[in-house]
Amino acid sequence: MVFKTNRIMPGEPRGLQQVLPAWAALGFQAVLLLTAAVAVGVADAKRRLIAALGGVTVLALAVAAAANALTPAGDKVIRVAPGAAFWVLLICLGLLATDAITRMRPGPLVRVLLLALAIAIAGAALAQGTFDNLSVMREYAVNAGRFPVELWRHIWLAGGSLIAAVIVGMPLGILCHRAPRLQPPVLGTLNIIQTIPAIALFGILMAPLGALAARLPAAAALGIRGIGAAPAVVALFLYSLLPIVANTVVGLRRVSHAAVDAALGVGMTPRQVLSGIELPLALPVIITGIRVVLVQNIGMVTVAALIGGGGLGTFVFQGIGQTAVDLVLLGAIPIVVLAFSASVLLDALVEVLDRTPFTAPESAP
Amino acid sequence: MIQIEGLTKQYGATTVVDRVSFNVERNSIAVIVGTSGSGKSTLLRMINRLVEPTAGRVLLDGADTRSEPAHLLRRRIGYAIQGHGLFPHRTVVENVATVPRLLGWPEARIRSRVHELMEVFQLDPGLYANAFPHQLSGGQQQRVGVARALAAEPAVLLMDEPFGALDPIIRAKAQEDLLGIQRRFGTTMVLVTHDMDEAFHLGERVAVMSQGRLLQYDRPAVLLTHPADPFVARMTGITDRAMKLLALTTAGEAALPGGSDGPRVASSASLREVLSELLWSGAASALVLGEDGAPRGQLTVAAILARGRP
Repeated sequence: MVFKTNRIMPGEPRGLQQVLPAWAALGFQAVLLLTAAVAVGVADAKRRLIAALGGVTVLALAVAAAANALTPAGDKVIRVAPGAAFWVLLICLGLLATDAITRMRPGPLVRVLLLALAIAIAGAALAQGTFDNLSVMREYAVNAGRFPVELWRHIWLAGGSLIAAVIVGMPLGILCHRAPRLQPPVLGTLNIIQTIPAIALFGILMAPLGALAARLPAAAALGIRGIGAAPAVVALFLYSLLPIVANTVVGLRRVSHAAVDAALGVGMTPRQVLSGIELPLALPVIITGIRVVLVQNIGMVTVAALIGGGGLGTFVFQGIGQTAVDLVLLGAIPIVVLAFSASVLLDALVEVLDRTPFTAPESAP
Repeated sequence: MIQIEGLTKQYGATTVVDRVSFNVERNSIAVIVGTSGSGKSTLLRMINRLVEPTAGRVLLDGADTRSEPAHLLRRRIGYAIQGHGLFPHRTVVENVATVPRLLGWPEARIRSRVHELMEVFQLDPGLYANAFPHQLSGGQQQRVGVARALAAEPAVLLMDEPFGALDPIIRAKAQEDLLGIQRRFGTTMVLVTHDMDEAFHLGERVAVMSQGRLLQYDRPAVLLTHPADPFVARMTGITDRAMKLLALTTAGEAALPGGSDGPRVASSASLREVLSELLWSGAASALVLGEDGAPRGQLTVAAILARGRP
């Protein structure tokens, strides 16, 4: 554990043995040793998963207990955070659990259920106040009013720009597929946009959007300004376009040429071929693109806080400004959880859609 | 009846199909053969307007195919291709029901038609109705492809190398099935292949194409005995043309009165098969049996050899 007399002081390390009663510390060590033994000696994936989850639970409980023990009742200044050993252990146990789940090859539905279960348990523990004396939760208590606002704003910024990119990107991808001549210029342009660093793109967008707001009162009334959410959404939208357009093109290209030829040959209209044959067969690849974009956006929205876009990045940059690591974590941990959840959900969706294997594209006769 | 009149397709300066004209009689099978790049597929695809002709026209029972929208025309014409082109995300039933659905048939009629076709193509509906194409064997996929092409009872069926992806044994079976289907439904068929044996076996008339031009369009025996062009002679095979000719006649057609104590052959066997049997057994003549098993006549080696000359 790391003990600080207040939030910005350098911390001093405290071992669990110093903090917890002897029986608890010994029990904790025994469980971890058992987990390690399972990790080394047991091949069965189910048992390895149980061991990993048990280890995580005990680790979380121990940290919570230590924080409670270190914090005098009623104290609001002292900060107790998990030390480096906690994070290392958490990574090891996480790897063990992930490895076990991968080996068990659960169906997409089971994976989503597992995720929901994990989130529900963590949520219940947080609501119970189990971790209230940990430094991150102390920061949460201070920012309790702003946290849900910034969380929703984060999701809205990432999701909104994604939806806009899908609405524009998919038709653009279809167009590129139908007219291959358009492909190099469109994908090239989007590629260049992709290489612009996020901060630079925000900067580039400030001037035109600011000018737009100054010229058009209607635009300003809609909330379009040089800084704030507007440039953030526009930038994220531009970044999102490439994966969506590219995956739409690739997805349509891998649709069996024979199937499309036959569909036209038996009298489907081009529109019926697109909606009935091409899009359903390309959908798994397109959703994969959406997954990439969503995960990328959830991470990138963080930077939007720098130009007043809001979102969980606000906490991260405030934390950096105040050298308060715990505040940084208050922003960073939910971002990681969001990105991870989005990834699991959309992966599961791709798998459900991709159940039917596809015949390889056949060459034209 | 399909009338093809001066059909031409040019891509830029290249002429892929050059002023091709011929007629396909109702209820008959015409086969277009040619080397790859001869324009045979393009010619076929101009009949249902998957490729729009640069010049010329196609009449279907006297009506110009351009008198209606292309997709409506294609719903009246069956179309089956190499590699079957089944929709991988749709079940066998959904694949076969494609065109009746497009035409808006009532659900009961679609169901009974799909059921009938699956029976005809030896696909047990109980086993395969809800199977996906990748769960079928190559021969079954090909049969579903043809069943889909025939679902809306088209008067005309176009096939582009439909058996190209099948191994020889399945292929021979598929060819027999196709002839059976043609007799059963009386469909007019135009089939493209690069395999001369397949063309001679299936086609009542065979069109030989090279470099976009139609060199000859006639019955197989005429192509063998009176090739219009050195290329046609090469395509039909100079070295074994006598054997090919024998393959075109059945024992029943050639049988002469009389009996024989030689090997017994079915009247549906080709003279080529009978000759092979006689060479193998060393007998001088064979007894031809009808479908009912009764003797229909006899065939001597000399009589068969006489049929192998123009």
